[in-house]
Amino acid sequence: MKIQVLGTGCAKCKQLTVSAEKAVAELGLGVAVEKVEDLREIMKFKVMSTPALVVDGAVRSTGKVLSSEDVKALLRG
Amino acid sequence: MSLPLSETDVKPAACCTNPWEGLKPGEPPRSRTLATAASLVLGLAVWTAAYWTIQPLAAWLSFTAFGLARGSHLGEAVAFFLYDTPKVLLLLTLIVFAVGIVRSFFTAERTRAILAGKRESVGNVLAALLGIVTPFCSCSAVPLFIGFVEVGIPLGVTLSFLISAPMVNEIALVMLFGMFGWKVAALYLITGLAISIVSGFVLGRMKLERFVEPWVYESMQAEATFEKERLGFTGRVEKGLEAVREIVGKVWPWVVAGIAVGAGIHGYVPEGLLASFMGRSAWWSVPLAVLIGIPMYSNAAGIIPVVEALLGKGAALGTVLAFMMAVIALSLPEMIILRKVLKPRLIATFAGVVGAGIMLTGWLFNSIL
Repeated sequence: MKIQVLGTGCAKCKQLTVSAEKAVAELGLGVAVEKVEDLREIMKFKVMSTPALVVDGAVRSTGKVLSSEDVKALLRG
Repeated sequence: MSLPLSETDVKPAACCTNPWEGLKPGEPPRSRTLATAASLVLGLAVWTAAYWTIQPLAAWLSFTAFGLARGSHLGEAVAFFLYDTPKVLLLLTLIVFAVGIVRSFFTAERTRAILAGKRESVGNVLAALLGIVTPFCSCSAVPLFIGFVEVGIPLGVTLSFLISAPMVNEIALVMLFGMFGWKVAALYLITGLAISIVSGFVLGRMKLERFVEPWVYESMQAEATFEKERLGFTGRVEKGLEAVREIVGKVWPWVVAGIAVGAGIHGYVPEGLLASFMGRSAWWSVPLAVLIGIPMYSNAAGIIPVVEALLGKGAALGTVLAFMMAVIALSLPEMIILRKVLKPRLIATFAGVVGAGIMLTGWLFNSIL
């Protein structure tokens, strides 16, 4: 499983990274949360609102700071 | 502060059965919708009752319970603070809630789909209006800019949106309404829209596309489609509450600080202190206010105490509005972010045209009011 957080380094993007890392740890997935901060890389996902959460290459959430519970629900489903 | 509508947050007690089972997304159970509607009505009733109680309560507290004299410096300042703080916070909660619900109908993707393929003039007007209702965070300015330009939305229309989104701010609108009345609030709303529309249109006419970083146009393959989020009534009310928690939870200290400053001025500062050099007759005060305001950056709630202080000391309304608009619409951090996609020449032109629009507005108000 590959988990990425898209964002240009604003406060909200950092919060989402923290939530994602917490969710990954609590589910015991043992994967690293990758931060994508380069604009051109972000735009390849066709995302218009950051922060965004990408799981295995698919954009699952945009423009929102998800809680770790939200991320867990998303990773399970 | 406590939210009047928190009842809707309560989860059903039966934790192990999923009430959503067997339902298509966007079709919440009927009983849930009814429960939300009932709490909404109750919440509004509590809100209205609270709103009509605070003025007599503030007067009673200051002049009877604290025993301060009516008309004294301290008495007037305390009464002003005790009345205005709950009033503005209540108004803020209601408006942020309403705006949160309205915004649940709009996403950046939907706005883009609406704007795609519109003519320039119509596009500018629509973009400025959508700038108010589309959820926007200045940290998303660049992805949004690229997303708009990619689907062929004209540069000027995109800029109309980027001007209006920060400038016409619901928090500023509420604070202006709460502290200076509906006329000032309406002036702010109308001129904010006018500046966004006209500046975007003018910038579009100037054919500045060559000053956009070329890589932005390289991958023009995006399509202006969007997925409708099916939230249902309860979902939208929850979005409104989420906005209240997020925004009111963040700005309330600013609001209280602002009103405290305002209360001090209300009680102590002699009127007309600033009239000589920020008054209507000093034409140069408007460009000066804009020049000082551009590099400054503050959120809308933080700037209102300054507005209050300046107006209270006799500065002219046009000058003060120009200052406020320059601070919230044009900021150095945002320009640094935009530098990733725009060449300096375009950023300078952008700041120049918007700044000029704000200045004209300032002079207009100073001459007609």
